[in-house]
Amino acid sequence: MKKLFREFSKGIRKENPIFGLALGLCPTLAVSTSVINGLGMGLAATFVLLGSNVIISSLRKIIPHQVRIPCFIVVIAGFVTIVELVMAAYFPALSRQLGIFVPLIVVNCIIMCRAEAFASRNTVGRSLFDALGMGAGFTLGLVLISGIREALGSGRLFGYVLFPGYQPALTLALAPGALLILGLLLGLSNLIFNQQTSRRTDEQTN
Amino acid sequence: MDLNLILSIIIGNIFINNFILFKFLGLCPFIGVSKKTQPAISMGLAVIFVMTLSSIITWCVYKFLLVPFEIEFLRTICFILVIASFVQLVEMIMLKTNPSLYHLLGIYLPLITTNCAVLGVTVLNVNMFFKQGQGITGSFLYSALQGFFAGVGFMLAMLLMSGIRERLELVDLPKSLQGIPAAFIVASLMSLAFMGFTGFKF
Repeated sequence: MKKLFREFSKGIRKENPIFGLALGLCPTLAVSTSVINGLGMGLAATFVLLGSNVIISSLRKIIPHQVRIPCFIVVIAGFVTIVELVMAAYFPALSRQLGIFVPLIVVNCIIMCRAEAFASRNTVGRSLFDALGMGAGFTLGLVLISGIREALGSGRLFGYVLFPGYQPALTLALAPGALLILGLLLGLSNLIFNQQTSRRTDEQTN
Repeated sequence: MDLNLILSIIIGNIFINNFILFKFLGLCPFIGVSKKTQPAISMGLAVIFVMTLSSIITWCVYKFLLVPFEIEFLRTICFILVIASFVQLVEMIMLKTNPSLYHLLGIYLPLITTNCAVLGVTVLNVNMFFKQGQGITGSFLYSALQGFFAGVGFMLAMLLMSGIRERLELVDLPKSLQGIPAAFIVASLMSLAFMGFTGFKF
């Protein structure tokens, strides 16, 4: 049980997909304009991660090594299609807000990375907790970034006005603000955890 | 055929709605491969090539396969498989016919499969140029143009970024900001500069 918990907790802190591994940055920046969008994206990605990790780890002895990448892609794309259709049916407003970033969960590096590096080598139970941890870490990172952007960029949080009389810095809600805040947060997390992630992840990113 | 639309696709994809700096598509190669100018150019060329041809192929797949059989909901699965196998094919052909080009682009080709800009442009093409399952007039040309010029915009941003990062190596930055964090802050300033193009209309 302790081991399983460690699989879960590493995704939140030490190997946080956004701050530790610098993966899945495109959706992080694009959808973090408001907390609701960030939360929706995080939960959608967590669902896909959970499904793909469980299926891939249970099929890991059947999938031939040479064609594993196409197999992973088909499994992931299947789950993404489920999310896409469910979201369009039950949360149409969110689905419009996230736009093409819902189908683009397929090429989210986090999901591919976990399938290749973890699920294809570990048991179903451990993969399940790994997916939960990674998903929770990704969602937390998204909520953090989108919270800062929404609070400073439009003066609101969850749509409620935070500081009356505050003149919002619109730039932070637009593209340059996303890049700036992510850069500063990455620097901050390097400073706090004192990890030499920048060098290592430079080679990992694709 | 609408000249205004063509012009707005060309200018829009290079400057106004630059794929990297505005739509946040393809950030991973943008940060990962932009340390030196030479690899950045190779990656940019490979992306232009793959994006243009994937736009053409996925247009054909959507028009002649998904729409007639009414299986548009399989769009995501189909497109990513088409792109992945296309990239693999290009890699094999290039290795046989043009080894020097293969060595120039070689290691970047497999990376392109997971580049969200490629899948992104094909999905955008379908969203923009198909109305109720029917392609608007000239949608084939528009898709191909959008693929090509989105690639050009991608390469422009890569090239500018790699030039800046080569200089950035010599700058004495705080240790925690070195590498990726500094790259994002530079990208933010570039994006701010590109915002000056917003508002161009045809």
